[in-house]
Order: sequence, then structure tokens, then C-alpha cells
Amino acid sequence: MSKKTHVQTEINGEGIEFLCEPRQSLLEVLRDELHLTGAKEGCNNGNCGACTVLMGDRIVNSCIVLGVEAEGEKIETIEGIATSEGLHPIQQKFLEHAALQCGICTPGFIVSSKALLEQNPTPSEEDVRFWLAGNLCRCTGYHKIVEAVMDAAKALNTEVADNA
Amino acid sequence: MPEDKEFKVIGTRPIRHDGIDKVTGRAAYGADIHFPDMLHGKVLRSPYAHARIKSIDISKASSHPAVKCIITSDDLPLVEDTITELGETVINLKYLSDNILASDKALYKGHPVAAVAATDPYAAEEAINMIEVDYEILEPVLDVRQAMEPDAPVLHESLKTESMGKGEDQSQNVASHSQRKHGDLEAGFAAADIIVERDFSTATIHQGYIETHNATAQYNEDGELTVWCSTQGAFGVRDQLSKILKMPVSKIKVVPMEIGGGFGGKVQVYIKPIAALLAMKTRKPVKMTMTRTEVFEGTGPAPGSYIRVKLGADKTGKITAAEAHLIFEAGAYPGSAVGAGSLCIFAPYKIDNLQIDGYDVVLNKPKSSAYRAPGAPNACFASECVIDEICQKLDMDPIEFRLINGAKEGDRRCDGPIYPKIGYLETVEAAQQHGHYAESIDKTPNGKLRGRGVASGFWMNGGGRSSVTINVNADGRINLIEGSTDIGGTRASIAMQAAEVLGLSSEDIMPAVVDTDSVGYTGVTGGSRTTFATGIAAINAAENIRAQMIGVVANHWELKPSDVKFKDGTFLAQKNGEELQMTFKEVAAVAGGPLVGSVTASPGGAGNGFATHIVDLEVDSETGKVDILRYTAIQDVGRAIHPSYAEGQVEGGVAQGVGWALSEGYLYNDEGHMTNASFLDYRMPTSYDLPSIETVLVEVPNPGHPYGVRGAGEVPLVPPLAAIANAVSRAIGVRMTELPMSPDRVLEAMGSI
Repeated sequence: MSKKTHVQTEINGEGIEFLCEPRQSLLEVLRDELHLTGAKEGCNNGNCGACTVLMGDRIVNSCIVLGVEAEGEKIETIEGIATSEGLHPIQQKFLEHAALQCGICTPGFIVSSKALLEQNPTPSEEDVRFWLAGNLCRCTGYHKIVEAVMDAAKALNTEVADNA
Repeated sequence: MPEDKEFKVIGTRPIRHDGIDKVTGRAAYGADIHFPDMLHGKVLRSPYAHARIKSIDISKASSHPAVKCIITSDDLPLVEDTITELGETVINLKYLSDNILASDKALYKGHPVAAVAATDPYAAEEAINMIEVDYEILEPVLDVRQAMEPDAPVLHESLKTESMGKGEDQSQNVASHSQRKHGDLEAGFAAADIIVERDFSTATIHQGYIETHNATAQYNEDGELTVWCSTQGAFGVRDQLSKILKMPVSKIKVVPMEIGGGFGGKVQVYIKPIAALLAMKTRKPVKMTMTRTEVFEGTGPAPGSYIRVKLGADKTGKITAAEAHLIFEAGAYPGSAVGAGSLCIFAPYKIDNLQIDGYDVVLNKPKSSAYRAPGAPNACFASECVIDEICQKLDMDPIEFRLINGAKEGDRRCDGPIYPKIGYLETVEAAQQHGHYAESIDKTPNGKLRGRGVASGFWMNGGGRSSVTINVNADGRINLIEGSTDIGGTRASIAMQAAEVLGLSSEDIMPAVVDTDSVGYTGVTGGSRTTFATGIAAINAAENIRAQMIGVVANHWELKPSDVKFKDGTFLAQKNGEELQMTFKEVAAVAGGPLVGSVTASPGGAGNGFATHIVDLEVDSETGKVDILRYTAIQDVGRAIHPSYAEGQVEGGVAQGVGWALSEGYLYNDEGHMTNASFLDYRMPTSYDLPSIETVLVEVPNPGHPYGVRGAGEVPLVPPLAAIANAVSRAIGVRMTELPMSPDRVLEAMGSI
């Protein structure tokens, strides 16, 4: 076993320190060291998106990011999406539209969708389908996921308009 | 049941009970299990597709400081080479056990040979690479037609072909040959004005669930084994563990965690007995998870197949005779879905003269397992493509052809049963009337080729045993305890049926999927049985509760139970000219203790499922790439309990069908090694590969269920392969007969390469 490295980072708004082996992926650190098991492993080579988290303002597949790369970063995981105010509109719309079946890919889709709507508040269906192509879902055929994300965009825009 | 019956809960779209856990990341799946002192298990797998294991030397690996235990097949109890009942199926125990850890021979690349438990997963991986195995490499056989040749390499020296109960002079790789026939085939073909005969092939493919297999086992000093895992059926896992480990079922507790997809692929056990054995030997919890490559190389794919179909019809479009030969890949051990495929191949049609031969053939690939309507998509791909060709040759509308030949109540299915009330023709009529079919397609816009395809499909649907317990709380909300793992929203579809009986809302029911110690025997979530059979168990348990509550109310009002009526969630009676009434919640409060209703149901009458799909697509004549433009899926679901999740089953089935038709397939090199064992190279459809999928739910209530439910989960995967192949064939003017229809195959068919 190689010597562990000390890493200081921020996860879901909280300062976090952890020790990890240089070979451990961010996903392994989140799940096995910090017990944040919302991000899932589906392929461990960056193809399925079940492990998607936000690192700074980028979405990353945490299975192909090393834990040590989290040093000084701001990480947001599925566990940080809902707040004390309640579910995020994307989460609510996934429930209303039945946009999940087994649910294993759902955390990754929600994190990816949040990043999309932060960058592009009024995506077309084509935009949503293109953006989410990095997340595999084997149950839903994507139809209801796309509907949920489009509807969440609408809800978020209404929220913004109401607050203005 | 009257068709116009008004429902309060059924047909509505409440939020699923497990939804919040699943959108917040809180839902606990098998890989989320963690024990502070747990060990990690890893499997050493055969690097060869076919090899004799001469010896295994574990001495170097044992000296690894982090290694706690190493096992091989010698550590599994010896089991007999006999057929035994397992849950609701039969299986040869020796094959079951040998697939867990190979004994004398490794029969596919990825076949487990040994396993290690170590203090961390990296050490376990290092250690398996230190195990030295001496193999005698044997020639592999990877194609069913080659495996049937007399001089083909033999997988199992002891295997004898079973043919209609007798031995048959076949290659030793043919595990079984079945035949179904009725009528006079020769006369039927003689009466035909047109006959089409073609060969079809489909690739080995995978269910592609996103969650890989996992198992965590713990063995206590009193001999009690607990296994936390991802499975479609905890009781099926318990049965398999009991047989493989030779332990009484009551000593085994299986805890089904949330499951990340299954589609038939999470019924058979793989690493669960290994984790159990490692835990038994180390007396520590042992956790195992598969990598994606292990899932591809070591778990049941859906069988590849070769199918020949010959169909005759007269000038009016009436089918006069049908003949099919289906040859399915069993994989390393007997038991492909060829039987089910043989039942389904011509099932949508009334055919007086037919013969169907099915062959189950072993070869050096992983043991095949179920995948959503197992066998039916392969089979119907062949038959529905031949039907389309006959329609082209007769210049007949394919919907019209199906209306002429479609099976209905009273017609005989190819394997004997007479159809009860079915909704096949209703799906065809709905397709005919749909706006999609009414709108014509422009066949050659911008130099691209467009085509429309139609196909139908059939699946039996299943019943079988399910248990449900309902506890009524003093506040009137109820716990619904069930054994059916929830893969796609069945907590909701089952709870809603109990709610309907009790006049409650879906939110008043709190469903819980529990372990094998905490509920009665329940079959797997599979066979499209769960909303039907566990639903009936829930209805029966709710009726039991309702009867008990009537007793409570009668007692409270000092009346006879027969004086008390129940309507819309309210108990009513008349006493001395006075109208009395109490709500469900008020009765729960006065009951003075918990009310418990426990039921085991084993309903037959599952009600067959039919679907008809329409697809429009575009072929790029330069690249051979196929783009789906529009997809409409019409299905008889009997009664949609939660329409959103019924639609979800259809949409998901279509997406898997698009993958099967266009992009998915195991690629093998000459040594029998899969060369695309990752999600990068095994191409499942993404959101960008698919259009919106329009679903039309037809409701022809199933007389075998109080609310009319038919299974809905499997039949949506049956028509897409043929629908897409028919559309591609019509677009390019060449009949496509091999799946997947990858760009290179399309270009080849067009004569471009």
C-alpha cells in the first residue's frame, strides 16, 4: 500500500479533509472513505455517467478523476442538491414525470441536468438530449427524463421571474 | 368486472413511495453496504474460452499479507449431476455449481476459477493474479451452427441430447431439441400462393443494467448466513444458495437491496455463493462487486440465435402454413430461452398448419440468461420480417395483413392453449387509426432513404407465488410488506391496488420490500408477474383487512357484521333508523390494536400481452447509419394501474429494442474473447440516439385479475427488432436479416462496400 495523501476540499458547501491513496478515484473516496454513496459506479471508465458530480463548474465522471485532484476544489454531489428548503425543482420534476425506474442512474442524471440548466436555462429538446448523452439509462428510454428536465427548466425560469 | 367501473386510485399518477430516496441519493443499493471490519472478495477468471484446468497453485497468493482466504471449486460442496426443482424452475445442480467456480473445465473466457478475500480490494486483485493455474487449452466453439457439427469441440462429455423425452443422435453440444406441430404442413404450403423462406441471425447481447452485480455476506457462529445483494428475487437467491452450499433454506437470510436494473439478468446467482463461502471461511463480512467487464464476460447474456422461417399465404393474405427452426445459444451450460421463443414466434396469428423446432446448443460463451421476454424478440424478429416480405410481395398493407390473420379469443396458440380474452387485434386497430400511420412519409428527402416498419409481438406473462402482509396503524395509514423487489415502480403499482380496495389514497400506504425472514415466499420480479401476482396478493390482504374492520365496526355499533357496508373508504350502517358512518381512519383508531392481514396468492390467469409498433427511420446512404425519426408503441396492458410507469415499461423496452436492432452485440475474436466488454464499445442507446417515444396504452381488461391487469414489462421488447428491420429493408430496398444492423452491415446490404 502506498503512502496516503492529505487532501483538503469542499464538498456540498462543507470543508472536508481526507486521506487517500494516490490511485484512488474521487468516486472511491466519496463512496468508500466519506460514505457519500449517492454517486454510483456503473462502468468505472467514464462511459455511463452514474458517478457524475460537479467539480467547480464542470461536470465530471468521478470514477476517472483521482481523489487527490479534489485538493482545493469545490465538489457538489447528489447529496447536496436538496436543501433544508426541500427538493430541487429538477428532483421534484423527476418524481412528477416518473423519470426514473430502478433509480441507479438518477443521481448522475440530476447532477448533469442541474449543470445544464445553470449554463442554459432554456434548452431545446435537442440540447437536453445532446447534453445528457453522457449519462446512460437502461430503464426509461430517456423520454420521461427529457420531459422532466424541460419541465424543470420551465419551473426554474418561473421561479426566477417571480423573484425578479 | 364492468368496463366503466370508476376507480379512485387506479389510473392516477401519484409520486412513487421510494421516489425521494432515489432522487436524493439516499436509496441503499447493494454496493452501498459497508461494514467496518469487512473483507473484499475478487474472482480469478479463466483467460481462455475453453480449457481443462489441470491444477491450481494458490501458495504464492496465500503468502500475500492482506489475503485472508482463497477458494476454488474444491471448497464448494459436491453436488449431484441431477435435475432438481429450484424455486419455480428446474436446473441441473452440477451445472449451477460449476458455473459459480469451474471444476474440471473452464467453458468461457471469464468463467470463475478461484476467489480471494483480502483486507482491501486492491490487495484482493493483486492476489488473484498470484494464483497459478495450469490450463490445457482446448479449441473453442463460438457459433451454434458450428457447435452442431459432428466434429465440433465438445463442451460436456456427459451431455446427451434430450429430444421430446428421448435421446437423439445429435452432436453432443445439442442439449435439447423440441418440436411443436399441428395441422398438415405439406397441405398448408401446397395451398399457398406465395411462400417466403429466410434465415436470420441475431448477436449475443447483454441486458445492460447499469448497476453491476454485488453481494455482501456474513456468517454467524450459530450457522446463520445473511446475504445483502442486488437481485430480482431474494427467495430465488436463497434457493440457489441452499442448493449450491447444501444449507437449509431457513439458515439463510437474503436481504434484497435496491436494485439497479435487472431485465432478467439478476435472477441467476454468480458471486453470491462465493461471497457466502468466503464469509463462512473467514467469519468476517465479505463484500464483492463486479466490474463492468466481469458483467459482460461472466454473466448471462441473452442468447444469440439462428432462425429459419418459412411462411405461406394465399392471394388474400391468409397464412396457410408456417414453419420455423430456432437454434439458440445456451452458452456454456444447457438452458437457453429457445423454449419460450418457440412459443412466441407465431403466437399473434391464427395458423392452422405449423411446425416449430427449437434447438438448445451449448458453446463457449457465458451461460445465457433471461432478458425481457426471453427468446421472443429473437423469434419474432424472424417471423415478423418474413410477414413483412410477404406483404411487400402481395402488395398488401402490413396492418391489413395482421387484421386478417390476428389471433383472438377462442383461437388456438401454437403450443396448444386456447386464447382467453386477448387484446392483439385491438393493438393493430389502434395502430391503423393512429396519426402516425395515417401520415405518409417522404421516402427520399435530401438523398437520404426513409422507411416505415410495422411489427407485432407476444409474451405469455406469468403468475406464481407472492406474499403480502398489511398492518393497519392506529392513525389509519398502512404498512404493506412485500417480497417483490421494486425495479421499475412496483411499490406504487402494488400499493395502489391495496389503496383501491380500502378506499385510501396511494400516500396512505407505506410499502416495504423486506428480507426472506420477514415475508412469505415470493417469486422473482420477472415474467411480467409482479403488478399482476403481488398485486392480487395485496388485494387479497386488503380484503382481509376490510373484513376485519367490518367486524370492529359492527362490534363498535353493536350490530352484526352483515349489517355494515363499506363504500369509498367509509363504513356505513343503519341502526334504529339512524345513519351511522365511520371513516377508515376512525375505525383504525377504535380498533384498539394493530390489524394484520397476511396473504399468499398463487394466481394463474396472467393474461397474455400483445404489442404493435410503428417506426419511421432514415438511412444515411453514405455512412449506413440509421436514425430513428418517429416511434409509436401500442400495447394492451389490460389495465394501467399507474399509467406513467406502464408507459415507462414500454418506452424502456423500445429503447432496448433499438439497441438490439442497430448497435448492440458481443464481438468475439477467434480465441473466443469478447473484444468489446465495456460501455464504450458495447453501444447501448443514449438520449441522443433516440427520439421521443410515443406510447399508446390499450386496455382490454384481463379476466384473470380483479382490476384487469396484464403484465406490461416484457412484450415492449418483442416488436422493435422486426419493426426497425422492416423499416430499414423498405428504406434501402434490401431485406435485412442479421442483427445488429450496424452501419457496415447496412452499407454491405446496399452493395456500397
